[in-house]
Amino acid sequence: MCGIAGYSGKGLQSKEAEKLLAAMSVAIAHRGPDDAGFHITDDAGLAHRRLSIVGLADGQQPMANFDGRLHIVYNGEIFNFIELRRELESRGHRFRTSSDTEVILHLYDEMGPDCVEKLNGDFAFAIHDAARKRLFLARDRMGVRPLYHAWHRDRFYFASEIKALLTVPGIDAHLDPFALDQIFTLWSPIPPRTAFEGICELPPAHWMIVENGKALTKRYWDLDFSEVRNDRSETEMAEEVRALLEDATRIRLRADVEVGTYLSGGLDSSVVAALAKRMAPAELTSFAVTFSDPAFDEREFQDEMVHVLGTEHHTVSCDINEIASVFPQVIRHTEQPILRTGPAPLYRLSGLVRAKGIKAVLSGEGADEIFAGYDIFKEARIRRFCARQPSSQLRPHLFRRIYPYLADLKRQTPDYLSAFFSVSRDRQDDPLFSHRPRLRSTSGAKLFFSDALKDTLRDYDAADELVSSLPQSFSLWHPLHQAQYLETRFLLPGYILSSQGDRMAMANGIETRFPFLDHRLVELAASIPANTKLKGLREKHLLRQAMQGTVPDRIAERPKQPYRAPEARAFAGDRQNYVDAAFGRSALEENGFFDVEKTTKLYKKSRLSNFTGFRDNAAFVGILSTQLWSQQFARQVRSKDETLAIRD
Amino acid sequence: MPESIKADIRAFVVENFLFGDEGDAPEDDASLIENDIVDSTGILEMVSFLEEHFAISVADPEIVPENFDTVARLSAFVAGKRKTVEAAPTGA
Repeated sequence: MCGIAGYSGKGLQSKEAEKLLAAMSVAIAHRGPDDAGFHITDDAGLAHRRLSIVGLADGQQPMANFDGRLHIVYNGEIFNFIELRRELESRGHRFRTSSDTEVILHLYDEMGPDCVEKLNGDFAFAIHDAARKRLFLARDRMGVRPLYHAWHRDRFYFASEIKALLTVPGIDAHLDPFALDQIFTLWSPIPPRTAFEGICELPPAHWMIVENGKALTKRYWDLDFSEVRNDRSETEMAEEVRALLEDATRIRLRADVEVGTYLSGGLDSSVVAALAKRMAPAELTSFAVTFSDPAFDEREFQDEMVHVLGTEHHTVSCDINEIASVFPQVIRHTEQPILRTGPAPLYRLSGLVRAKGIKAVLSGEGADEIFAGYDIFKEARIRRFCARQPSSQLRPHLFRRIYPYLADLKRQTPDYLSAFFSVSRDRQDDPLFSHRPRLRSTSGAKLFFSDALKDTLRDYDAADELVSSLPQSFSLWHPLHQAQYLETRFLLPGYILSSQGDRMAMANGIETRFPFLDHRLVELAASIPANTKLKGLREKHLLRQAMQGTVPDRIAERPKQPYRAPEARAFAGDRQNYVDAAFGRSALEENGFFDVEKTTKLYKKSRLSNFTGFRDNAAFVGILSTQLWSQQFARQVRSKDETLAIRD
Repeated sequence: MPESIKADIRAFVVENFLFGDEGDAPEDDASLIENDIVDSTGILEMVSFLEEHFAISVADPEIVPENFDTVARLSAFVAGKRKTVEAAPTGA
């Protein structure tokens, strides 16, 4: 796991190039504390920060191919590199190192851009072809590893994180108002848009060729629910899932350093930890967050799994003061405003992993998306069920069953439950039917947008843009599969794997590996009938069947416990001066994104009444994180123009 | 129904849910849910306000859209409640 950066286009003098690459590299040094390297030609420069996990002695980058024509900088892991190397060797390729990096170089040399289809892993890389003066960039299917780019004065710049691009003179941080609208609707920008105006991400499952001052981008893979198979029994499907999950876990334990595991106490991480324990070459080390508030804490279940597996277990507590104390650093790493505090505990967790000397960990993330674990899938099913009999006083009680942890729903009458979940409001053929209540409640936070921002966004609808990016066959899929696609294609890479995933782990130089996001398993899960994944209201039914006997029954049958952390009340303490400053009149007026009067009232309300509503919490965290984003990126004092003058 | 009840409820809606934005204030017969003004927490905030401000008691079965979904219905509900309270025997 590493960080990469570079440029192509009009050449730089070597001293300027070195200075620029050094600045870009330093900006992402946290991603690769073990080593650093550069490669400079007359039309390109590549920089690499290394976290050594595979090929410790000979995996330095940038790495050249045998004739020095190709150079690669690469962030990630190719988990099937052993098998790919064997295939390549059988076709006459000769290897000089033991690293997976060299496998990509050979594959690209042989196959060109199509090489990405052979890769099973989490990757973002750039290959410079000196002969063709071409730069090739690619990103993994699910969006585990990040890759951003920007054009400035005919030069193309790329990096693992945006903060490296901001070291380039002339590339500045301006908040993209449409990205802000998307975040305040969908929780993250719609790729390729980012929170930074003019800076794009290479979307997951895409590659890009930059040549002669132009870029060509192509999607090479997509999640597809068109080929649902009904020719297998449930037992056969469960066996297939089990075998593939075992293999996905096995190849994710490949490393020249110890691989640990996260263990939240839920089904998904417990399954991964149990499989890893059987396969790990040595003792397994596990890590978890604990909360003093029992509403969020899962240590009872963590302890049970630790007892069963015998892992060496470490925990880090994360209470409201700790969330508030790390939140500015969290936003420095998410590089985008967020509406929840969920990343903060994960930032502390990766810090614990680093302190224990471990560089790579397994995670159960992804199971809820591909095996239908989220509450929103059940909620959509109940909404359709209620809409068939809108006058029913019994059916709406099911909403309470799927949200036992939402205290506010306990007192609500069936009529109100129906109203809150928009039973009669949304068209059932709406492509976003499953997500409309969430989009609506999230969008409520836009009440605090300033008049100027609202004016800029007049006539713009983030949900419409989302719909326009859906594949043609989407409308033909089962409603559950439509909902799964929306979660997997957008929220997963845009928030879960980014703000809560890569960014929080790499902030402390930790690589996270996700067996459930092995593309073979993702494709298998997409071929399984919807009602086998979500059976009635039993989420992840097939996964539970597949993993029977792997984890204790109490864990296997445990209802989904969503990962949550304290929100606005985490900032109610008196010790966080930055919160007062962020909500202060002068900071609000200077940035101009939010209505000063309303936002001041929201802040007062948060101090006085410990509110719990979704909209108010989302608005509070969203405004605070936007203000911090602005302070850390847009308003930072930048001396780069003095130190990094580039002559064009 | 006293206009002051409606005015107080309207003021609470504007201040508590719209953070002072009179421009977004709903018409008296506009749905508070369908206009995304209150959510499940908001309804309970409203119950708390009605009980404290108007000195009435709201039972769970009374928390229904027929009583709560517009400013006009809320006002009628409170007025009816107060009438009941005033008419009730005071006891010894």
